[in-house]
Amino acid sequence: MTASTKNNSNTATTLYDKLWQSHLVEVSNSQAIEGETPLIYVDRHLIHEVTSPQAFANLKFHNRPVRHPERTIATMDHNTSTRSLEINAAGEGAANQLRTLAKNCQEFGIELFGIGHKNQGIVHVIGPELGLTLPGTVIVCGDSHTATHGAFGALAFGIGTSEVEHVFATQTLRQTKAKTMKIEVNGQVGAGISAKDIILAIIGVTGSAGATGYVVEYTGQAIRALSMEERMTVCNMSIEFGAKAGLIAPDETTFAYVKGREYAPKDELWQQAVNDWKALKSDKNAVFDAVVTLDAKNIKAQVTWGTTPGQVTAIDSKVPSPDDFKEAVEKESCQAALTYMGLTAGTQITDIEINKVFIGSCTNSRIEDLRAAAAVVEKYSTQGKKVSSKVDAIVVPGSYRVKTQAEQEGIDQVFINAGFEWRLPGCSMCLGMNDDVLTVGDRCASTSNRNFEGRQGRGSRTHLVSPEMAAAAAIEGHFVDLNAS
Amino acid sequence: MEKFTAHTGLVAPLDIANVDTDQIIPKQFLQKTTRTGFGQHLFHDSRYLDNAGTQENPDFLLNKPQYQDASILLTRENFGCGSSREHAPWALEEFGFKVIMAPSFADIFYGNCINIGLLPIKLPEQQINELFSYSQHSELTLLVDLTQNTIATITANNEKHVYTFSLDSFHQYCLEQGIDSVGWTLKKLDTIKAFEANMPAWQ
Repeated sequence: MTASTKNNSNTATTLYDKLWQSHLVEVSNSQAIEGETPLIYVDRHLIHEVTSPQAFANLKFHNRPVRHPERTIATMDHNTSTRSLEINAAGEGAANQLRTLAKNCQEFGIELFGIGHKNQGIVHVIGPELGLTLPGTVIVCGDSHTATHGAFGALAFGIGTSEVEHVFATQTLRQTKAKTMKIEVNGQVGAGISAKDIILAIIGVTGSAGATGYVVEYTGQAIRALSMEERMTVCNMSIEFGAKAGLIAPDETTFAYVKGREYAPKDELWQQAVNDWKALKSDKNAVFDAVVTLDAKNIKAQVTWGTTPGQVTAIDSKVPSPDDFKEAVEKESCQAALTYMGLTAGTQITDIEINKVFIGSCTNSRIEDLRAAAAVVEKYSTQGKKVSSKVDAIVVPGSYRVKTQAEQEGIDQVFINAGFEWRLPGCSMCLGMNDDVLTVGDRCASTSNRNFEGRQGRGSRTHLVSPEMAAAAAIEGHFVDLNAS
Repeated sequence: MEKFTAHTGLVAPLDIANVDTDQIIPKQFLQKTTRTGFGQHLFHDSRYLDNAGTQENPDFLLNKPQYQDASILLTRENFGCGSSREHAPWALEEFGFKVIMAPSFADIFYGNCINIGLLPIKLPEQQINELFSYSQHSELTLLVDLTQNTIATITANNEKHVYTFSLDSFHQYCLEQGIDSVGWTLKKLDTIKAFEANMPAWQ
């Protein structure tokens, strides 16, 4: 990582600067105190059942309305059962939160996509697929993976419940401007390398807190070549190395994806929007506070071995040892991670056996993710191979629309015939708030975003991988180097 | 929000880096619709040997008799990383913590602390190391004075060290005055309306 020299005479700005400036609510001097944190305008507020109830309760306590219910969209995702459409199916606590969300949305006039609604799904899957996520907007949600929407050139980030309340009441947020980091992935990735591998490789370089205090912009040939769904996978995991938000400048790929979606601007408004969106890119001479460069051709399929996303390595390598690290903190973290993960330094990654597979989450549950995993499954099927008898594997589509699309394409049958369970949409085993939970000692190949201790269930062990890698692990019972076989 | 001016309290030294919000408050406790009831589940998986939370883990820091009244958490880098759940600072606050000290915090967690009046203090790693070493030998009490931006140590053998810390000036103002952030912004509604009047139609 290199810090560029700031040139005061340089008026070139980054994409983040432009988004910031266009959303800065200028408060006159007479209204503000010295050094007051700036207010920025929020265009879209996405909410779900877990982080909103206390915000609604405070609004009621103060007798305040939601200032712009039409800029707010609610879905049910974190707690929902993936086995049943029955609201009580995931337990009393979940049902209470889901009912509370429904009641609050009705009371405050907010559109809700509840269980069974055609638009229901993981908040970061439905925003883009409905055209609610637009370039040049500020999008917030009480969920740290809101950075996903940055794939469209929107400034999108996760907020706490006090901030959810602030957005409800004012449609603004108080924000300190972040530093900027450019992450350039040059050249082309090799065959079979996914967006998940790109972002895991980036986190492997920066470390789990390498971008704390920064908004990152992903650029370079390998990023530009990605589809929108792949870009979402990359931006989704920005928080996993501490970034406030992740951005990719919008281009023709973006416009083509957004056009015609249910909530996207239409006709003349569409033309105006695209004209505005075309200006959304960092100027050629824009100066970033930090720059990270990766060569795409060196990126291999990635597997996490530890308990932070930064503890990651290539599929053809070995589990590291504390001696491989320089810093004392890293050595200790490595040792603690090996103990928790039940791994021995020097073990080949491909020798690690797993007994659970989760394909889903806001990182990797979109139609392209499911197609990619299904393609691997189909390849094995032609050899007569199915999910290993030692493995339980579930596939959880990100939304009803994804589920329906996959079923129209026959993807559900590919999974079901190979021994995977095909479930209903939701956050599911990514965080295990419903009953999709691992138990002590379970080892899971997961397409989700966090391998923290206990994340998928107390005492369980998570290895983060791409959908393709998860599918292959389900069948072989261990990690597989798909490029070597 | 209650005003925060100064606090004197006992330090609990949690010598672990990258403590994530899943560890601070695991997901099974996020199903409440109230703002209270989280303190008893703070650090659940480390604090209790069983899932029901009835058997305390005697090895866990906060279960040790000498830290029962701790109100200042001293910890390591990247504290509060991961999920944006404000339930994490709520749990720390309800347990009795008023101040969290670390070399660095995750951004969302830091903001959440400020918003509920739990004071996050960033100190250089060297100073954090010093505080850890003081706390190892004997009980460490700190006097945190927000108005002066100072931290003074009071050790059992009466050693005194003073550190200074900085905070964003507006954060400091909000904490000291106990500002209702929403009420504060609502006073600027005319400015927000003027901004809205100039927004592009597609937005």
